[in-house]
Amino acid sequence: MSTTTTDLQDEIDALGKSHDNHHHGPEKGVMRWIKTTNHKDIGTLYLWFAFIMLLTGGAMAMVIRAELFQPGLQLVEPQFFNQMTTLHGLIMVFGAIMPAFVGLANWQIPLMIGAKDMALPRMNNWSFWILPFAGAMLLSTLFMKGGGPAFGWTFYAPLSTTFAPDSTDFFIFAIHMLGFSSIMGAINVIATILNMRAPGMKLMDMPLFVWTWLITAFLLIAAMPVLAGAVTMMLTDRNFGTSFFDAAGGGDPVMFQHIFWFFGHPEVYIMILPAFGVVSQIIPTFARKPLFGYSSMVYATASIALLSFVVWAHHMFLTGMPVAGQMYFMYATIMISVPTGVKVFNWVTTMWRGSLSFETPMLWAVAFVILFTIGGFSGLMLGIAPADIQYHDTYFVVAHFHYVLVTGALFSIIAAVFYWLPKWCGRMYNQKLAKIHFWWAVISVNILFFPQHFLGLAGMPRRIPDYSLQFADFNMISSIGGFVFGASFLLLTYIIVDCIRNGERVKEPRVWPSAKGLEWTIPTPAPYHTFDKPPGKELILAESSHTGAH
Amino acid sequence: MKKEPQTISKRFWIKLGLAPFAMFAFAFALVPLYDTFCDITGLNGRTSNTMFKGKNTSDVDLNRKITIEFMSSTTPGFPLEFRPTVTKMEIIPGKLYTITYIAENRSDRTIIGQAVPSFAPGLAAKHFKKLQCFCFSNQTFEPKKPKEMPVRFFVDSKLDKDIVDITLSYNFFKVKDAKPGPVAGL
Repeated sequence: MSTTTTDLQDEIDALGKSHDNHHHGPEKGVMRWIKTTNHKDIGTLYLWFAFIMLLTGGAMAMVIRAELFQPGLQLVEPQFFNQMTTLHGLIMVFGAIMPAFVGLANWQIPLMIGAKDMALPRMNNWSFWILPFAGAMLLSTLFMKGGGPAFGWTFYAPLSTTFAPDSTDFFIFAIHMLGFSSIMGAINVIATILNMRAPGMKLMDMPLFVWTWLITAFLLIAAMPVLAGAVTMMLTDRNFGTSFFDAAGGGDPVMFQHIFWFFGHPEVYIMILPAFGVVSQIIPTFARKPLFGYSSMVYATASIALLSFVVWAHHMFLTGMPVAGQMYFMYATIMISVPTGVKVFNWVTTMWRGSLSFETPMLWAVAFVILFTIGGFSGLMLGIAPADIQYHDTYFVVAHFHYVLVTGALFSIIAAVFYWLPKWCGRMYNQKLAKIHFWWAVISVNILFFPQHFLGLAGMPRRIPDYSLQFADFNMISSIGGFVFGASFLLLTYIIVDCIRNGERVKEPRVWPSAKGLEWTIPTPAPYHTFDKPPGKELILAESSHTGAH
Repeated sequence: MKKEPQTISKRFWIKLGLAPFAMFAFAFALVPLYDTFCDITGLNGRTSNTMFKGKNTSDVDLNRKITIEFMSSTTPGFPLEFRPTVTKMEIIPGKLYTITYIAENRSDRTIIGQAVPSFAPGLAAKHFKKLQCFCFSNQTFEPKKPKEMPVRFFVDSKLDKDIVDITLSYNFFKVKDAKPGPVAGL
């Protein structure tokens, strides 16, 4: 670590025009957003993009649930139905959940480690502005001849190579661009956390949200390039005569699944580890106790990340693996429940005998702990190789991953927004309405997804527009839950827009009186430039949410 | 107050920048790794497409019987009618057998195909030794001329005692470059 480059602080100052006016606000007009290198602006852009994608993907889910309301084909053609399930999955994973977490990272990581900005402000701008183009390219496939991708979000070859519509090449480039964006975002996060912490902040002084994001970023730079490799192989198979996945030319379609899930399993932890971080910030605040077992949380996160690379074939129990392989992947998978259990018990212990209060973010965080654990349990069932033969590709799988991704990842994002939004915009949302919205969403989401467990156990396959009559009742219940849950997002939109425009002004730096963390020491609303002078060691220790008394 | 400069070393940038490229290359390295892994373990029936050149040193175990089922299929758009003459036979490990497949080109032009065998269970593949097989090379089919294609094989008695049934399935693919000769990598 000898050679030095430009001083980071000077670099950031230079981008904020000059030393004299960098305390001034941002540029006016639309160019502010296009040219911005400010971590708060970029975080806002990411979050709005993710929210628009969430509504887009949600609208597709409404089409799916409407078609499944009754057996038979009523509303859409099967081919279009398949495009809806495929794009719903892709948009929610790559367009909504991942960008939303990157947005939270952009806003919060510099504030939580006392840094002026992200380490690579210009690249930060680029990694965001790739996203709208990638998203538009992905959505444009719907309007092309032959329709959009209809092979499921896992795009198994040869369905996605030999038998795919022409628009698949656009899908491939969209995945490439989304991958570039995520990798650049991850590099930025790692560089920021490892180099720009306030002097005196040791790694084990960092808030858990920062820790989980650091580990997530390493997962991203390890896993996303493998996905890029997989889609590149698809591209050359489709257009340049290679045979990576074509048995006629010596390739193997099963190899696609191995490469895809070598990316795909770390990917699911990419979407849940930052959620663990969010919840680990919120629960201590409203339990008024330091986080229980901070270091075990850090080690648990790291071991989940390491294990995530050696369990991928539990998605492939039915590809004809020898028994020894099934046993290994089964035990390795179930081993992940140990560190995950450590986390759940730590959250519960943090709440144990705490002085609990249930403000909106806390409600979402508690719902996360309970419902994510249900998703974890169904994951355990799926991890058991002999049982998976029955559950594979049924609605049980659909119920499982919606419990971990909707009531897990998405709930934690909503919790984070309700926790930090008053700090960001200096206004408080309508708390009564927010609580109504919470109960509306949390009840309807269970009506939506819980019956899908029963459908799956009874054998209803996923990714089909029509089904046998015996599945009719539960599908109707599930669809009703789906429409009600979908409508709750209109209220959420209203609450957020109303908060930003007309919300009651908040002046106290510590929006939640019991909250701890460096982000609560800066004025509210968060000024455009923060931490010109890094915070000192005493402040860092005093604001730690995991040591000392609250 | 003089602020302390915060800097990042070049080495850090190089390491961080190279990691994604290394992982991208790793994705492609998975392809030969996968092939090698399957060759060594015999998974996916990958070892089953080469001629057995050694000596038949397998014990003949007269007390053991194994049922072999033969299947055939062709890829869509390949105008070949293709089937085994018998679909099932009982064999004794270590003994030499011959079974014949018949194929007829139903189109009016000459077509070239490559048969790819696969075994269920996959672990049987490396104990199924073929001395003669149409799958060792590309096959040319003249229009409307039936072709008999024998497979000479024996099953090594080292085969796991639990396996009593083996299914051998051949799938005929159209050869992309339409030039007869051995296909690389098969």
